[in-house]
Amino acid sequence: MEAVLLQVLNGLDKGGAYALIALGLTLVFGTLGVVNFAHGALFMLGAFVAVSVQKILTISSKVRDESVTFFEAYKETPYLEIWWGDTGRAIIDYSVPISLLIAIPIMLLIGLLMERGLIKYFYKREHADQILVTFGLAIVIQEIIKANFGANPIPQAAPEIVAGSADIGSLFGFEGIVYPWWRMMYLLFSLSIIGGVFAFLHFTTFGMVVRAGMHDRETVGLLGINIQRRFTIVFGIAAVVAGLAGVMYTPILPPDYHMGMDFLVLSFVVVVVGGMGSLGGAVAAGFLLGILQSFSSMTEVKAVIPGIDQIIIYLIAVVILLFRPRGLLGKD
Amino acid sequence: MSTAQSNIVLDITGVNKSFGGLQALSDINLQIEEGKTHAIIGPNGAGKSTLLNTCIGLLKADSGTINFGGNDLTHGFQPHDINQMGISRVFQTPQIFPDLTILQNVMIPAFAKRDGAFKLNLFKSLRDEKEIEAEALHLLEDLAMADQRFNNAGSLSRGNKRRLELAMCLIQHPKLLLLDEPTAGMARHDTNQTIDLLIKIKESGMTKVIIEHDMHVVFSLADKISVLAQGAIIAEGEPDEIKGHPKVREAYLGSAEV
Amino acid sequence: MKSIVLSTKKRDYTTLLVFAVIVFTAPLWGKIIGAGYPDLLQKFAIFGLFAIGYNILFGLTGYLSFGHAAFLGVGSYVTVWSFKLLTMNAIPAVLLAIVFSGVFALLIGFLSLRRSGIYFSILTLAFAQMSYNLAYSVLTPITNGETGLRVLTSDPRVVDTALGYTIEGSPLATLFGTTLTGYPGFYFCAVVLVLGFWLSLKIFRSPFGMKLVAIKTNQTRMEYTGFNHRPYLLCAFVISGMYAGLAGGLLAVVDPLAGAERMQWTASGEVVLMTILGGVGTLFGPIIGAATIKYFENIFSGIGDTALAEIFSFLPDAVSNLLITIISPFVGSGWHLTLGILFMLIIIFLPGGMSQGFQKIADKIKQKNKKSSTSEVKLEKDGIA
Repeated sequence: MEAVLLQVLNGLDKGGAYALIALGLTLVFGTLGVVNFAHGALFMLGAFVAVSVQKILTISSKVRDESVTFFEAYKETPYLEIWWGDTGRAIIDYSVPISLLIAIPIMLLIGLLMERGLIKYFYKREHADQILVTFGLAIVIQEIIKANFGANPIPQAAPEIVAGSADIGSLFGFEGIVYPWWRMMYLLFSLSIIGGVFAFLHFTTFGMVVRAGMHDRETVGLLGINIQRRFTIVFGIAAVVAGLAGVMYTPILPPDYHMGMDFLVLSFVVVVVGGMGSLGGAVAAGFLLGILQSFSSMTEVKAVIPGIDQIIIYLIAVVILLFRPRGLLGKD
Repeated sequence: MSTAQSNIVLDITGVNKSFGGLQALSDINLQIEEGKTHAIIGPNGAGKSTLLNTCIGLLKADSGTINFGGNDLTHGFQPHDINQMGISRVFQTPQIFPDLTILQNVMIPAFAKRDGAFKLNLFKSLRDEKEIEAEALHLLEDLAMADQRFNNAGSLSRGNKRRLELAMCLIQHPKLLLLDEPTAGMARHDTNQTIDLLIKIKESGMTKVIIEHDMHVVFSLADKISVLAQGAIIAEGEPDEIKGHPKVREAYLGSAEV
Repeated sequence: MKSIVLSTKKRDYTTLLVFAVIVFTAPLWGKIIGAGYPDLLQKFAIFGLFAIGYNILFGLTGYLSFGHAAFLGVGSYVTVWSFKLLTMNAIPAVLLAIVFSGVFALLIGFLSLRRSGIYFSILTLAFAQMSYNLAYSVLTPITNGETGLRVLTSDPRVVDTALGYTIEGSPLATLFGTTLTGYPGFYFCAVVLVLGFWLSLKIFRSPFGMKLVAIKTNQTRMEYTGFNHRPYLLCAFVISGMYAGLAGGLLAVVDPLAGAERMQWTASGEVVLMTILGGVGTLFGPIIGAATIKYFENIFSGIGDTALAEIFSFLPDAVSNLLITIISPFVGSGWHLTLGILFMLIIIFLPGGMSQGFQKIADKIKQKNKKSSTSEVKLEKDGIA
């Protein structure tokens, strides 16, 4: 029982990341009708915003290491620490949460630039062309990151206060359910973002127009509403969601240049399983597949079917396609 | 040819169809006789397209039987199965292969007729398909399109696309030809040309079901007319009978659509 | 786009002959453009073959697969296993590669073709990624994981042993005694390429090929015309998968090893780019695209900063340094960046690829000499397809 609960918990944070990326993919596909193969690159860019912020915060100066007395030793000390002491150290400690704030305008800008600069010329082109041009863009972004940050993963630390793990099992009378605080934060974060996006779509006029547009673009266009500008903003929102998901994920998985594509492929599978065009389906399938993947990586399961953790998501996709081609919650 | 002797090609008895709570078709009985042109008319929203799609098995009927050449079409069928049984169809908007040449457009349906739904003939050259080419060319000559046969079909006018689509159906010698508003969205000139062509086909004795709300087209072509209103057939008979039928007048005058 | 061009039998044979001559004289003209060494020429032939096969699926049916690298990988693994277990002879190895990749393509195609359009692309991408994951980790006993699969002197090779052949030094693929490295390796690939081209020409001219284009043009009409489009698509998928497997097999023939990275999505993306760059749905386009990319890859990825400095050494230092700063991200290990940018530019500005570009130029010239070309038109009309 404890082991099962633990795996559910372990799957939830990964599921949260899948759900956030899949949510953006679905939003963009539903509104702009574009399949964005560069969406994973946005997730990766978010992660590298965090890397950059950390790099900037820890710009260091060489100072004499006083603790070494018998020869002249130097150590790197960040300027922030030199200037502000403990406050500076705290700022560096909180580099990931700070990155979140900084990532919002940056990702919004990147999203809008991408839509206005490239995607909008592809509304009328075939899906194949859309896929290919965004695929090319994904390669370009990825290579730029690789050229500037190198090919190796760059670890990021969560703030010290949430760096440890919580014995949350003891709260409910179970033993041995220890769950890292940051993963719990990630879960709460993804749930609140998802909730925010849904609330935005359901309770604001803007959101209602967007949903109507997803349903029937022509009719909404006939009403004299400039649906196009709203869709551009939706693209920006999707970029921000993907970027924030990337920032938050850095303490869990050290970011490297190809993390975007890795997550994109899985998120596409999530979208197909959930049902293309269904926001609820994308979210549900994201969590579901995250949990299933977590279960399949248990040693007990792997002992029965070796390597199942590598392919479980694809197997689920195959089963869904064979028996329910339109996905879990998709409409025809 | 008298009615008593002729065979029934498509026999629809007691067909019902509803979407959600909406009764789209109620107790449809319809017999299509061999060699006749049978028109189904009715105001917009009367269920004409539903009837067409149901009677060829694309939409599954809730109850009733549809007999076509010994097959019960109430079991759902794929479009290609229906075609292979001998039903060809012309759409409201002409469906052709715009990127292929006009000649190729007409040849492809002939392959379906000869080879069935699937045949892997990798090593055969199109150049060796002389018979099919000759037949297609003959048809195109009838339509006065033979000179343009190497042009891409996409470059044709709408009226000519319709005539090409008809040629694509005719080369299959279907047992039943379905025409879904063949003159919809056409200019008068194109409409008249299409009617001429359809009269020509009629003389060849092909069985046809035509759905149309242009009365001019219907009365120039039909041997028999069924009037559909609110999912039910309210009148049936020869064109002259239908013209004076009180129920038909009521259905049409009562509707703002005509 | 006239995917199935009007052509006579005579013209087809001439095309094939000209193609064969160009391919077999590659070592000669390759020297002129600085590609006159066998390693690169082998790549031209092998990736040309890969792209020809890919074009039968994407060019004729319009179904965009992102998973063809998986078949390339399967072909390589099967070939290396054939070298390990049976014989170093290349013929059975590539035949087995074709068979296995065909079966694998049948399986993946059957599943992926349950959906069309973007879903199809996503599914093929997912299956390829799954294959890559499997090859990289789980299937290590078969693929030797990260290290890659190699042929060892100590491998059993039952057929060779039974026939009394022994191997001295490192094992290399042979064709009845001839070692298939260097130019013999190239000529082996060249023969296979010409055969593959011939088959592709046959398919383009067959009713089957025409039906594939018809499916691309109007799938609805195809269904209502009485064709079941799914088996046609599956056949095209399997055929192109077999081409990919054959190409993978040849890669292992000229250099007997196989690694998982061959199956990665970047490799799938590369074949898409080759096909598009040359011209989707055209006979020659994919080969031209493949050769172009491999040619520039060879040049660009070989240039480091020192090489750049040498090239610009005749310029003043300031100018030369500026140029090096601008260019160096795009060459050497930055080749993939150039590839990505090229990818985008082609799709944005020239979706028909180089063939479309040539066609545009040719049309302009044709309009100028309209009078002189009447005899040619007559020739075209003699044959219908």
